[in-house]
Amino acid sequence: MNRLAFGRLVNTQTVALVGVLLLNWLLFPGFFKIEWQDGRLFGSLIDVLNRGAPVAILAIGMTAVIATKGVDLSVGAVMAMAGAVAATLVVAGYPTALAIVAALAVGLLCGLWNGILVALLDIQPIIATLVLMVAGRGIAQLITEGSIVTFSDPALIFIGTGSLFGFPMPVVIAFTLLVLVTLAVRKTAIGLFIEAVGVNRSAATLAGIRSRLLLIVVYALSGLCAAIAGLIVTADIHGADANNAGLWLELDAILAAVIGGTSLLGGRFSIAMSVVGALIIQAMNTGILVSGFPPEFNLVVKAGMITLILVIQSPFSSQFMNWLGRRNRGAAR
Amino acid sequence: MEQTAFRMEARGVSKIFGNHTALDAVEFGLLPGEVHALLGENGAGKSTLIKILTGAYQPDGGKILVDGEEVVLNSPLHAQSFGIGAVYQEVNLLPNRSVAENLFLGHQPTRFGLVDRRRMDREARVLLQRYGLGIDPSSELGTHSVAVQQIVAIARAVQLSGKVLILDEPTASLDRDEVQRLFEVVAGLKRDGLAIVFITHFLDQVFALADRVTILRNGKLIDTRRLDELTRTELVRKMLGKDIAFSGSTSLKTERPVTDVLIDYEGYGKKRSVHPFSLTIHKGEVIGVAGLLGSGRTEMARIMFGIDPADQGTATLNGRPVAIKTAVDAIKHGFGFCPEDRKADGIFGELSVRENIVIALQGKLGWFRALNRDEQLDLAGQFGEAMDIRAASLDMPVKLLSGGNQQKVILARWLATDPAFLILDEPTRGIDVGAHAEIVRTINRLRDDGMALVVISSELDEVVAYSSRIVVMRDREMVAELRGEDISPGVIVQAIATHGEKAA
Repeated sequence: MNRLAFGRLVNTQTVALVGVLLLNWLLFPGFFKIEWQDGRLFGSLIDVLNRGAPVAILAIGMTAVIATKGVDLSVGAVMAMAGAVAATLVVAGYPTALAIVAALAVGLLCGLWNGILVALLDIQPIIATLVLMVAGRGIAQLITEGSIVTFSDPALIFIGTGSLFGFPMPVVIAFTLLVLVTLAVRKTAIGLFIEAVGVNRSAATLAGIRSRLLLIVVYALSGLCAAIAGLIVTADIHGADANNAGLWLELDAILAAVIGGTSLLGGRFSIAMSVVGALIIQAMNTGILVSGFPPEFNLVVKAGMITLILVIQSPFSSQFMNWLGRRNRGAAR
Repeated sequence: MEQTAFRMEARGVSKIFGNHTALDAVEFGLLPGEVHALLGENGAGKSTLIKILTGAYQPDGGKILVDGEEVVLNSPLHAQSFGIGAVYQEVNLLPNRSVAENLFLGHQPTRFGLVDRRRMDREARVLLQRYGLGIDPSSELGTHSVAVQQIVAIARAVQLSGKVLILDEPTASLDRDEVQRLFEVVAGLKRDGLAIVFITHFLDQVFALADRVTILRNGKLIDTRRLDELTRTELVRKMLGKDIAFSGSTSLKTERPVTDVLIDYEGYGKKRSVHPFSLTIHKGEVIGVAGLLGSGRTEMARIMFGIDPADQGTATLNGRPVAIKTAVDAIKHGFGFCPEDRKADGIFGELSVRENIVIALQGKLGWFRALNRDEQLDLAGQFGEAMDIRAASLDMPVKLLSGGNQQKVILARWLATDPAFLILDEPTRGIDVGAHAEIVRTINRLRDDGMALVVISSELDEVVAYSSRIVVMRDREMVAELRGEDISPGVIVQAIATHGEKAA
């Protein structure tokens, strides 16, 4: 049983993550150093977790959406909206709890909107969510009236910069969400239904699965995750920046899910592996930063690494490995 | 150059996909100025032959001749240059462009390198008049009815090719008047000397329009005849492959003792899908549904299962009226449905055999009462064994199984829900002999266990063998209900072919 659990941990994603971390260590010897200061952990590794948390949270929702053969392009814009709503409310003097609930409600509503467009109106997901991707940022700018709304509400700031059990709050939130959502899809039939709808929606409907409702729920989850990520980045910089909060992060989230082994054609998914994917992306960002390479290299190196990971995962390379295996066996005889 | 009367001819044409022979040395000749109907059930090889004639496929054997000269057609565009054009059921035009643009797309009249719109509209108007269409050539194509779009597509095809016109189910989405209008256009083209291939599932239309008919079955040429030498019954018999000798023999079994009524349909139907039908189904009874493709068999099943909910009539289940508006409703009432297109509507290719078997039961249990892995393995093992599913492992993706085993998986999926009423649409199509026998055995066993079944099948021998009663569909209408001695392939063929009055 132990060996089985361990075996499941060794796969392309975890090997890639360890590889990237080791590379970082070669470039920057202090990479694995972790210190305890003022009741919390510090170090590059903690930094990777902390900085990677928003994309990891987005990836949790995105994975479920992609598994249904969909995609949610609006998450970056929803982050901006959620941040704008929370910041504006606390600045106007409303209680922090209300601001947070309102921000989460906005994310949920955005998700429901996407879900209704996709499930009830049968609009292609990439187009349906493109609507909010464009409009959402505009709405966020309207809420903040074009400026960066800064705040000093300690409770809201705590979400971005506080710590719990020695870990930064974003890491605690991301981990909790990972566990909750994984339990929610794997201890119920929802995970199986998501995969069934992603593989063959028509067959799923004929087998008695309420596919439309399921799609709406999945997009709502993605919207909720985006709002949580939006709260974190807003709290982190003590302000809501409608222009830049979450900008392009939808693409990182899609990438994290794909690195995590979820196919854009829907079907099999693993939320935990998508979170590992998000950490791989962040480890590369941090690695390039701490290694002292000029930041111009950043995107190119990142693209190269990602291409490598995807090639390793591709059906072509597994065929190639099979072929290699057969040839070796043939030679042995 | 060889002497031949044929405008276009396929000689001994074969096509092989993997180890499946789609066309086996088929002969097909087209005379100028004739409408030649091409008939056959699904998988008979009609579309393969059409694709070879239009250059979309290359034949693996035999040759194609145009005006007596052997040609190699590399692509539909290449075939067009030999004068061969085709129009399909779904109009392959641009609905958001004007009628004139659609007519001349790719060869617009130009002036100084620019499209000469005025000349294009003028020429389009003249062209459309020849087809009796007085529409504005600059209007958007999509604003016109499907029939008009169909005629525009024909006009374009004739304009571009001009010798051979292939019409692949052009009337499938047209109403009666529109069909009439299309027929007038086709008759006109025939007078102009075009050779026209006409594919349809409507026998009335074949007799109304065609001069000759070629019948294919399982990739083989069955016959090419003049239609005035054939009766409807002979034609249907050739399509379904029933010998005359068969019509005398009837099913030996006596009618089963009538048990409790399970479900009673009264005037049940849906506009634009199936005419209202009335049918009473008892427990322990198999209702066979016979009819040609496009006769409304599948539509009837879809209405019963709530996929396309009925908009008229009532259904009474165990004495209580029920409303079945969705598949979920149907399953809640103990229904199960094996769809005709296994791949598109049945299996989840990437998912495991186990998941494919438990999915309907899990759907019935809902989102939160999840079967755990052990329960799933138990269920899959139990029903997999009952259906004799040959899989190396219950955790292997179902797409790796043979078609017959996939069909058994879908049956196992419904049996796991413990249904009272099963609807099977072509359960034995395209599967191997062993799986075929297993499925027929299962149908018999379930009937004897008291389940009610509706089985749609083109295999008449098979339907006759296990059905307690047979209903015959024609032109989206239930035209006959056969029982007792009438359950025989001969009577069924008669009922399918009979025109006008009701058989039985």
